[in-house]
Amino acid sequence: MKEHTLFVMQRISAAVLAPLVLVHLALILIAVEGGLSAEEVLSRTRGNVGWALFYGLFVTAAAIHAPVGIRNILREWTGFGWKTIDALAAAVFALLLALGCGAVIAVF
Amino acid sequence: MFWYSQNNQIVHIKPYAHGGTVHMESATDELSVRIWRGGETGYWAEYAVEARSNQTVLDVVTEVQRKHEPSLAYRFACRVGVCGSCSMTVNGQPRWTCRTHVKKIVQNGELVIEPLRNLPRIKDLVCDLESFIDTWQRAGATFQGRYARDDLPQKVNPDSKARKQSDAALQCINCAVCYSACDVVNWNRNYLGPAALNRVWTLINDERHVAQSETFEKAFARDGCSSCHSQGNCTRFCPVELNPASSIAGLKKTAFSKLKTRDGA
Repeated sequence: MKEHTLFVMQRISAAVLAPLVLVHLALILIAVEGGLSAEEVLSRTRGNVGWALFYGLFVTAAAIHAPVGIRNILREWTGFGWKTIDALAAAVFALLLALGCGAVIAVF
Repeated sequence: MFWYSQNNQIVHIKPYAHGGTVHMESATDELSVRIWRGGETGYWAEYAVEARSNQTVLDVVTEVQRKHEPSLAYRFACRVGVCGSCSMTVNGQPRWTCRTHVKKIVQNGELVIEPLRNLPRIKDLVCDLESFIDTWQRAGATFQGRYARDDLPQKVNPDSKARKQSDAALQCINCAVCYSACDVVNWNRNYLGPAALNRVWTLINDERHVAQSETFEKAFARDGCSSCHSQGNCTRFCPVELNPASSIAGLKKTAFSKLKTRDGA
Protein backbone atom coordinates (compact mmCIF):
# COMPACT_ATOMS: atom_id res chain seq x y z
CA MET A 1 0.00 0.00 0.00
CA LYS A 2 1.34 3.43 -0.93
CA GLU A 3 2.41 5.93 1.68
CA HIS A 4 -0.13 8.56 0.74
CA THR A 5 -2.91 5.98 0.97
CA LEU A 6 -1.77 5.03 4.47
CA PHE A 7 -1.53 8.71 5.36
CA VAL A 8 -5.08 9.41 4.24
CA MET A 9 -6.37 6.28 5.99
CA GLN A 10 -4.78 7.42 9.23
CA ARG A 11 -6.28 10.91 8.95
CA ILE A 12 -9.75 9.61 8.10
CA SER A 13 -9.63 7.04 10.91
CA ALA A 14 -8.61 9.85 13.29
CA ALA A 15 -11.59 11.90 12.16
CA VAL A 16 -13.86 8.91 12.73
CA LEU A 17 -12.35 8.18 16.15
CA ALA A 18 -12.65 11.74 17.48
CA PRO A 19 -16.43 11.73 18.08
CA LEU A 20 -16.49 8.01 18.90
CA VAL A 21 -13.91 8.47 21.67
CA LEU A 22 -15.93 11.32 23.15
CA VAL A 23 -19.07 9.17 23.21
CA HIS A 24 -17.08 6.28 24.64
CA LEU A 25 -15.65 8.45 27.43
CA ALA A 26 -19.07 9.88 28.21
CA LEU A 27 -20.46 6.36 28.32
CA ILE A 28 -17.80 5.25 30.79
CA LEU A 29 -18.43 8.26 33.03
CA ILE A 30 -22.18 7.68 33.00
CA ALA A 31 -21.77 3.97 33.69
CA VAL A 32 -19.41 4.62 36.60
CA GLU A 33 -21.43 7.49 38.03
CA GLY A 34 -24.59 5.45 37.72
CA GLY A 35 -22.98 2.47 39.39
CA LEU A 36 -23.90 0.03 36.64
CA SER A 37 -22.89 -3.56 37.30
CA ALA A 38 -21.44 -5.81 34.61
CA GLU A 39 -24.80 -7.55 34.31
CA GLU A 40 -26.57 -4.24 33.81
CA VAL A 41 -24.07 -3.20 31.14
CA LEU A 42 -24.43 -6.52 29.35
CA SER A 43 -28.21 -6.27 29.52
CA ARG A 44 -27.93 -3.08 27.49
CA THR A 45 -25.47 -4.41 24.93
CA ARG A 46 -26.87 -7.92 24.33
CA GLY A 47 -28.65 -7.96 20.99
CA ASN A 48 -28.21 -4.22 20.58
CA VAL A 49 -27.19 -3.72 16.94
CA GLY A 50 -26.57 0.00 17.49
CA TRP A 51 -23.87 -0.48 20.10
CA ALA A 52 -22.36 -3.36 18.11
CA LEU A 53 -22.06 -1.09 15.05
CA PHE A 54 -20.75 1.78 17.19
CA TYR A 55 -17.98 -0.27 18.78
CA GLY A 56 -17.37 -2.26 15.60
CA LEU A 57 -16.56 1.03 13.85
CA PHE A 58 -14.56 2.17 16.88
CA VAL A 59 -12.25 -0.84 16.98
CA THR A 60 -11.84 -0.91 13.20
CA ALA A 61 -10.83 2.76 13.11
CA ALA A 62 -8.44 2.22 16.03
CA ALA A 63 -6.92 -0.83 14.35
CA ILE A 64 -6.24 1.23 11.22
CA HIS A 65 -5.10 4.39 12.99
CA ALA A 66 -2.58 3.01 15.46
CA PRO A 67 -0.34 0.87 13.23
CA VAL A 68 0.28 3.72 10.78
CA GLY A 69 1.55 5.87 13.62
CA ILE A 70 3.54 2.99 15.06
CA ARG A 71 5.33 2.65 11.70
CA ASN A 72 6.68 6.18 12.00
CA ILE A 73 7.64 5.75 15.64
CA LEU A 74 9.53 2.55 14.86
CA ARG A 75 11.24 4.23 11.93
CA GLU A 76 12.37 7.16 14.06
CA TRP A 77 13.34 5.34 17.23
CA THR A 78 14.69 1.98 16.06
CA GLY A 79 17.15 0.93 13.44
CA PHE A 80 14.63 -1.39 11.83
CA GLY A 81 14.24 -1.56 8.05
CA TRP A 82 10.91 -0.99 6.36
CA LYS A 83 10.19 -4.71 5.85
CA THR A 84 10.44 -5.37 9.58
CA ILE A 85 8.46 -2.25 10.40
CA ASP A 86 5.68 -3.13 7.95
CA ALA A 87 5.50 -6.66 9.36
CA LEU A 88 5.24 -5.35 12.93
CA ALA A 89 2.62 -2.78 11.93
CA ALA A 90 0.58 -5.47 10.16
CA ALA A 91 0.81 -7.61 13.30
CA VAL A 92 -0.41 -4.72 15.45
CA PHE A 93 -3.28 -4.14 13.02
CA ALA A 94 -4.31 -7.81 13.15
CA LEU A 95 -3.98 -7.94 16.93
CA LEU A 96 -6.02 -4.78 17.56
CA LEU A 97 -8.70 -5.84 15.10
CA ALA A 98 -8.94 -9.36 16.57
CA LEU A 99 -9.05 -8.17 20.18
CA GLY A 100 -11.48 -5.37 19.39
CA CYS A 101 -13.86 -7.43 17.30
CA GLY A 102 -13.64 -10.23 19.87
CA ALA A 103 -14.74 -7.82 22.59
CA VAL A 104 -17.59 -6.44 20.49
CA ILE A 105 -18.84 -9.94 19.70
CA ALA A 106 -18.47 -11.03 23.32
CA VAL A 107 -20.85 -8.36 24.63
CA PHE A 108 -23.32 -8.56 21.73
CA MET B 1 13.26 26.28 23.11
CA PHE B 2 15.43 24.73 20.44
CA TRP B 3 18.75 24.10 22.07
CA TYR B 4 21.57 21.65 21.71
CA SER B 5 25.31 21.58 22.21
CA GLN B 6 28.31 19.34 22.28
CA ASN B 7 28.98 19.76 25.96
CA ASN B 8 29.77 16.11 26.30
CA GLN B 9 32.88 16.59 24.18
CA ILE B 10 36.31 17.34 25.50
CA VAL B 11 36.60 21.04 26.06
CA HIS B 12 39.94 22.62 25.47
CA ILE B 13 40.28 26.23 26.46
CA LYS B 14 42.85 27.91 24.33
CA PRO B 15 44.61 30.85 25.97
CA TYR B 16 43.24 34.13 24.73
CA ALA B 17 45.28 35.39 21.84
CA HIS B 18 45.13 39.04 20.93
CA GLY B 19 46.93 40.03 17.83
CA GLY B 20 47.05 42.71 15.18
CA THR B 21 44.91 45.72 15.84
CA VAL B 22 42.55 44.17 18.36
CA HIS B 23 41.94 46.82 20.99
CA MET B 24 40.77 45.95 24.48
CA GLU B 25 39.52 48.60 26.83
CA SER B 26 37.76 46.44 29.34
CA ALA B 27 36.35 42.98 29.75
CA THR B 28 32.95 44.16 28.53
CA ASP B 29 34.44 45.16 25.19
CA GLU B 30 35.31 41.67 24.17
CA LEU B 31 33.37 38.61 23.21
CA SER B 32 34.21 35.18 24.48
CA VAL B 33 33.89 33.01 21.37
CA ARG B 34 33.85 29.25 21.69
CA ILE B 35 34.32 27.46 18.37
CA TRP B 36 34.19 23.77 17.54
CA ARG B 37 37.51 22.48 16.16
CA GLY B 38 37.86 19.13 14.46
CA GLY B 39 35.35 16.84 12.78
CA GLU B 40 32.93 14.40 14.43
CA THR B 41 35.36 14.33 17.33
CA GLY B 42 37.26 17.38 18.39
CA TYR B 43 37.36 20.05 21.04
CA TRP B 44 36.18 23.52 21.85
CA ALA B 45 38.60 26.37 21.41
CA GLU B 46 37.96 29.72 23.00
CA TYR B 47 38.99 33.08 21.61
CA ALA B 48 38.61 36.69 22.62
CA VAL B 49 37.27 38.92 19.90
CA GLU B 50 36.65 42.61 20.15
CA ALA B 51 32.99 43.45 20.59
CA ARG B 52 32.01 46.03 18.01
CA SER B 53 28.88 48.08 17.75
CA ASN B 54 27.97 46.54 14.42
CA GLN B 55 29.26 43.05 13.72
CA THR B 56 27.78 39.82 12.46
CA VAL B 57 28.60 36.31 13.58
CA LEU B 58 30.38 35.80 10.26
CA ASP B 59 32.49 38.89 11.03
CA VAL B 60 33.49 37.26 14.32
CA VAL B 61 34.40 33.95 12.68
CA THR B 62 36.39 35.79 10.01
CA GLU B 63 38.22 37.79 12.66
CA VAL B 64 39.13 34.62 14.53
CA GLN B 65 40.40 33.03 11.33
CA ARG B 66 42.41 36.06 10.26
CA LYS B 67 43.88 37.08 13.57
CA HIS B 68 43.96 34.03 15.81
CA GLU B 69 43.45 30.75 13.99
CA PRO B 70 44.49 30.70 10.31
CA SER B 71 43.66 26.99 10.06
CA LEU B 72 40.03 27.52 11.04
CA ALA B 73 37.74 26.12 8.32
CA TYR B 74 34.37 27.70 7.56
CA ARG B 75 32.22 28.46 4.53
CA PHE B 76 30.97 31.75 3.19
CA ALA B 77 30.55 33.38 -0.20
CA CYS B 78 28.22 36.35 -0.71
CA ARG B 79 28.19 37.76 2.84
CA VAL B 80 24.79 39.37 2.14
CA GLY B 81 22.26 36.59 2.73
CA VAL B 82 21.89 35.35 -0.82
CA CYS B 83 24.05 32.27 -1.20
CA GLY B 84 23.17 30.31 1.96
CA SER B 85 26.77 29.13 2.44
CA CYS B 86 27.57 30.47 5.88
CA SER B 87 24.98 28.67 7.99
CA MET B 88 26.21 27.52 11.38
CA THR B 89 24.85 26.71 14.79
CA VAL B 90 25.21 29.76 17.02
CA ASN B 91 24.37 29.57 20.71
CA GLY B 92 22.43 26.37 20.03
CA GLN B 93 20.36 27.61 17.12
CA PRO B 94 20.88 27.28 13.36
CA ARG B 95 21.42 30.66 11.72
CA TRP B 96 22.73 32.38 8.60
CA THR B 97 25.74 33.97 10.16
CA CYS B 98 26.26 36.76 7.64
CA ARG B 99 22.92 38.35 8.55
CA THR B 100 22.93 37.55 12.25
CA HIS B 101 24.02 40.49 14.37
CA VAL B 102 26.00 39.49 17.41
CA LYS B 103 24.32 41.93 19.73
CA LYS B 104 20.93 40.37 19.05
CA ILE B 105 21.92 36.86 20.11
CA VAL B 106 24.97 37.17 22.38
CA GLN B 107 24.41 35.71 25.84
CA ASN B 108 26.53 37.01 28.73
CA GLY B 109 29.18 38.14 26.27
CA GLU B 110 29.51 34.60 24.90
CA LEU B 111 29.12 33.06 21.48
CA VAL B 112 29.20 29.30 20.95
CA ILE B 113 29.66 28.45 17.29
CA GLU B 114 29.55 24.96 15.81
CA PRO B 115 28.56 23.32 12.51
CA LEU B 116 24.96 22.71 11.49
CA ARG B 117 23.22 19.80 13.16
CA ASN B 118 22.06 16.71 11.21
CA LEU B 119 24.98 16.83 8.79
CA PRO B 120 28.36 15.04 8.93
CA ARG B 121 31.15 17.30 10.15
CA ILE B 122 34.18 17.65 7.90
CA LYS B 123 36.38 20.16 9.67
CA ASP B 124 35.70 22.86 12.23
CA LEU B 125 32.58 24.75 11.06
CA VAL B 126 32.30 23.00 7.70
CA CYS B 127 29.84 20.14 7.33
CA ASP B 128 29.19 17.78 4.43
CA LEU B 129 26.07 18.93 2.57
CA GLU B 130 25.84 15.92 0.26
CA SER B 131 23.03 14.22 2.17
CA PHE B 132 21.09 17.51 2.19
CA ILE B 133 21.55 18.04 -1.55
CA ASP B 134 20.58 14.40 -2.20
CA THR B 135 17.18 14.98 -0.60
CA TRP B 136 16.29 17.37 -3.43
CA GLN B 137 16.94 14.64 -5.98
CA ARG B 138 15.15 11.96 -4.00
CA ALA B 139 12.14 14.22 -3.53
CA GLY B 140 11.74 14.69 -7.28
CA ALA B 141 12.35 18.41 -6.86
CA THR B 142 13.56 18.86 -10.42
CA PHE B 143 11.60 20.98 -12.86
CA GLN B 144 10.59 19.36 -16.15
CA GLY B 145 8.98 21.58 -18.75
CA ARG B 146 7.19 20.58 -21.92
CA TYR B 147 8.69 23.17 -24.26
CA ALA B 148 12.05 23.33 -26.00
CA ARG B 149 14.24 26.40 -26.15
CA ASP B 150 12.79 27.54 -29.48
CA ASP B 151 9.21 27.50 -28.19
CA LEU B 152 7.57 30.56 -26.73
CA PRO B 153 7.46 30.67 -22.92
CA GLN B 154 4.32 29.21 -21.46
CA LYS B 155 1.92 31.84 -20.14
CA VAL B 156 1.16 31.55 -16.44
CA ASN B 157 -1.51 33.58 -14.67
CA PRO B 158 0.29 35.23 -11.74
CA ASP B 159 -3.00 35.70 -9.91
CA SER B 160 -3.98 32.04 -9.90
CA LYS B 161 -4.13 30.33 -6.49
CA ALA B 162 -1.55 27.73 -7.48
CA ARG B 163 0.91 30.34 -8.73
CA LYS B 164 0.58 32.37 -5.55
CA GLN B 165 1.21 29.25 -3.45
CA SER B 166 4.26 28.45 -5.52
CA ASP B 167 5.57 32.03 -5.36
CA ALA B 168 5.25 32.07 -1.57
CA ALA B 169 7.66 29.15 -1.26
CA LEU B 170 10.12 30.02 -4.00
CA GLN B 171 12.87 32.07 -2.43
CA CYS B 172 14.77 29.26 -0.70
CA ILE B 173 18.52 29.88 -0.60
CA ASN B 174 19.43 26.25 0.20
CA CYS B 175 21.13 27.23 3.43
CA ALA B 176 20.12 23.97 5.19
CA VAL B 177 19.06 25.86 8.31
CA CYS B 178 15.63 24.20 8.23
CA TYR B 179 17.23 20.79 7.67
CA SER B 180 19.43 21.37 10.69
CA ALA B 181 16.52 22.61 12.81
CA CYS B 182 14.25 19.66 11.96
CA ASP B 183 13.91 17.11 14.76
CA VAL B 184 12.46 14.52 12.38
CA VAL B 185 15.66 14.67 10.32
CA ASN B 186 17.55 14.24 13.58
CA TRP B 187 15.57 11.09 14.35
CA ASN B 188 15.48 9.71 10.82
CA ARG B 189 18.29 10.74 8.49
CA ASN B 190 16.40 9.24 5.55
CA TYR B 191 13.60 11.79 5.92
CA LEU B 192 13.53 14.18 2.98
CA GLY B 193 13.39 17.24 5.19
CA PRO B 194 11.68 20.62 4.89
CA ALA B 195 13.79 22.26 2.16
CA ALA B 196 13.29 19.55 -0.45
CA LEU B 197 9.60 19.19 0.33
CA ASN B 198 9.13 22.95 0.19
CA ARG B 199 10.68 22.87 -3.27
CA VAL B 200 8.33 20.04 -4.26
CA TRP B 201 5.40 22.22 -3.20
CA THR B 202 6.52 24.91 -5.65
CA LEU B 203 6.57 22.31 -8.44
CA ILE B 204 3.23 20.73 -7.55
CA ASN B 205 1.75 24.21 -7.94
CA ASP B 206 3.67 24.98 -11.13
CA GLU B 207 1.44 24.31 -14.13
CA ARG B 208 4.52 24.23 -16.39
CA HIS B 209 5.94 21.20 -14.54
CA VAL B 210 4.96 18.10 -16.49
CA ALA B 211 6.22 15.42 -14.10
CA GLN B 212 3.59 16.13 -11.46
CA SER B 213 2.79 12.49 -10.69
CA GLU B 214 6.43 11.47 -10.51
CA THR B 215 7.24 14.36 -8.19
CA PHE B 216 4.28 13.60 -5.96
CA GLU B 217 5.17 9.90 -5.78
CA LYS B 218 8.75 10.67 -4.75
CA ALA B 219 7.76 13.29 -2.21
CA PHE B 220 5.21 10.90 -0.69
CA ALA B 221 7.45 7.83 -0.76
CA ARG B 222 8.66 6.25 2.47
CA ASP B 223 10.50 8.77 4.66
CA GLY B 224 8.73 11.47 2.68
CA CYS B 225 6.32 14.20 3.64
CA SER B 226 4.01 11.95 5.68
CA SER B 227 6.88 11.63 8.18
CA CYS B 228 6.61 15.34 9.06
CA HIS B 229 5.32 16.01 12.59
CA SER B 230 4.37 19.62 11.84
CA GLN B 231 6.57 20.84 14.68
CA GLY B 232 7.42 23.94 12.70
CA ASN B 233 11.11 24.35 13.54
CA CYS B 234 11.73 24.80 9.82
CA THR B 235 9.41 27.79 9.66
CA ARG B 236 10.67 29.25 12.91
CA PHE B 237 14.31 29.26 11.83
CA CYS B 238 14.04 29.88 8.08
CA PRO B 239 16.21 32.98 7.62
CA VAL B 240 14.27 34.18 4.57
CA GLU B 241 10.97 33.69 6.38
CA LEU B 242 9.54 30.99 4.18
CA ASN B 243 7.01 28.58 5.64
CA PRO B 244 8.11 25.03 4.78
CA ALA B 245 5.72 23.61 7.39
CA SER B 246 2.84 25.13 5.45
CA SER B 247 4.21 23.77 2.19
CA ILE B 248 4.39 20.27 3.66
CA ALA B 249 0.86 20.64 5.02
CA GLY B 250 -0.21 21.56 1.50
CA LEU B 251 1.44 18.43 0.13
CA LYS B 252 -0.35 16.32 2.71
CA LYS B 253 -3.68 17.78 1.63
CA THR B 254 -2.82 16.88 -1.95
CA ALA B 255 -2.78 13.22 -0.90
CA PHE B 256 -6.56 13.32 -0.46
CA SER B 257 -7.17 14.50 -4.00
CA LYS B 258 -4.67 11.98 -5.37
CA LEU B 259 -6.77 9.15 -3.98
CA LYS B 260 -9.56 10.16 -6.36
CA THR B 261 -7.36 10.08 -9.44
CA ARG B 262 -5.40 7.50 -11.32
CA ASP B 263 -2.23 9.25 -10.13
CA GLY B 264 -2.77 7.87 -6.70
CA ALA B 265 -3.91 4.42 -7.78
